[in-house]
Amino acid sequence: MVTVDLNTQDVYNLIAGIPDPEIPVITIKDLGILRDVKLVDDTCIVTITPTYTACPAMGMIEGQIKEILSAHGIDKVKVELTYTPAWTTDWLSQEAKAKLKNYGIAPPNHSSCSKLFSTAEVVICPQCNSKHTTLISRFGSTACKALYKCEDCKETFDLFKCH
Amino acid sequence: MTTKDATYNYAIRLGDNALILGHRLSELCSKGPILEEDLALTNVALDMIGRAQALLKYAAELEGKGHTEDDIAYRRAEINYHNHLLIEQPNGDFAHTIARQLYLSVFEYLFFTELEKSKDATLAAIASKTIKEVKYHMQHAIDWSLRLGDGTAESHKRMQKGLNDLWMYTGELFEMDVLDTYLLHQHIAVDTIALKAKWQSEIEKILREATLTLPEDTYMQTGSKKGIHTENLGHILSEMQYLQRAYPDAKW
Repeated sequence: MVTVDLNTQDVYNLIAGIPDPEIPVITIKDLGILRDVKLVDDTCIVTITPTYTACPAMGMIEGQIKEILSAHGIDKVKVELTYTPAWTTDWLSQEAKAKLKNYGIAPPNHSSCSKLFSTAEVVICPQCNSKHTTLISRFGSTACKALYKCEDCKETFDLFKCH
Repeated sequence: MTTKDATYNYAIRLGDNALILGHRLSELCSKGPILEEDLALTNVALDMIGRAQALLKYAAELEGKGHTEDDIAYRRAEINYHNHLLIEQPNGDFAHTIARQLYLSVFEYLFFTELEKSKDATLAAIASKTIKEVKYHMQHAIDWSLRLGDGTAESHKRMQKGLNDLWMYTGELFEMDVLDTYLLHQHIAVDTIALKAKWQSEIEKILREATLTLPEDTYMQTGSKKGIHTENLGHILSEMQYLQRAYPDAKW
């Protein structure tokens, strides 16, 4: 039996660096998926929220949280899913946006989209910084991305949709 | 009827709409007319499955019998499903699929905007997530309605046919039965009757721009709130439930 003497902040720090399974350059903390850590009696309760309702990464993230905490002697872990407040790209830090861009994904360039029709938005190519880009499809390789192409460098790229 | 029982049934209805549409759209995986469209339709399907999971999980909690969302999804008989008849209609050609998506996504946009104000905290939370996703579904359906309607003579003809063929199932979207009214009085359910005029004017506006016409009023087929479905649902279930029926508790 391992005796653990960790507070909630220690637990938070242990799991904050877990990378997103689909975009490994940013962490679950960067994305705002990790919402809360609580210690109730001898159980550690971690609250996470999905980016999109059907985000398939949730199961994997839950597994990784349990694995990391178990390696540090914390075996009684409950991972809870919350839908409220609804996840938004407003929670992405400037640092996280810079990481996305370096990875080749155009970050969401304005805060939450209350507007219905936002085809007019200017998306900057993460490869060559051109503003001369065109939407190919609103739906990309994962739920959180749209597909664009750059008319200057001719590369296609993903836009992390503003949500 | 207690509030809990009624909310359980309400969550089942909403969950079934998402589950069956998710299944219908999944049938198009690898069969989209172009690669981007294949991705779009399956992305919408994925959103639906996520929504179904959230709603049916909530239903299972309210039921309190230790069931999971999977038990509810895979182990009920046809008469216990309460998805709209419009949702279970076959995909048909691409224009037919888009016509169904247009009718539904505009309805869902209006519906979930109201459900977000529900006094039931879980339904309100699911609605607030859903509404963000529905905006994409609706924009996608509108874009294609415009392209097909105002496209070639053939695409126009097919889009109009899809709209006409499915019109008879749209009346049901706005029906309120005893359960809906009971929960409406408790500020949990949405008043769908109140959404009808807005829905019709939105659809009419889109169709006008797409050079299409709103179908003429006709006999409206209803029944899903009582579990009475068109023959299509049985075929969906026989495929969707096969594994769980043949190999109960199968895991991988």
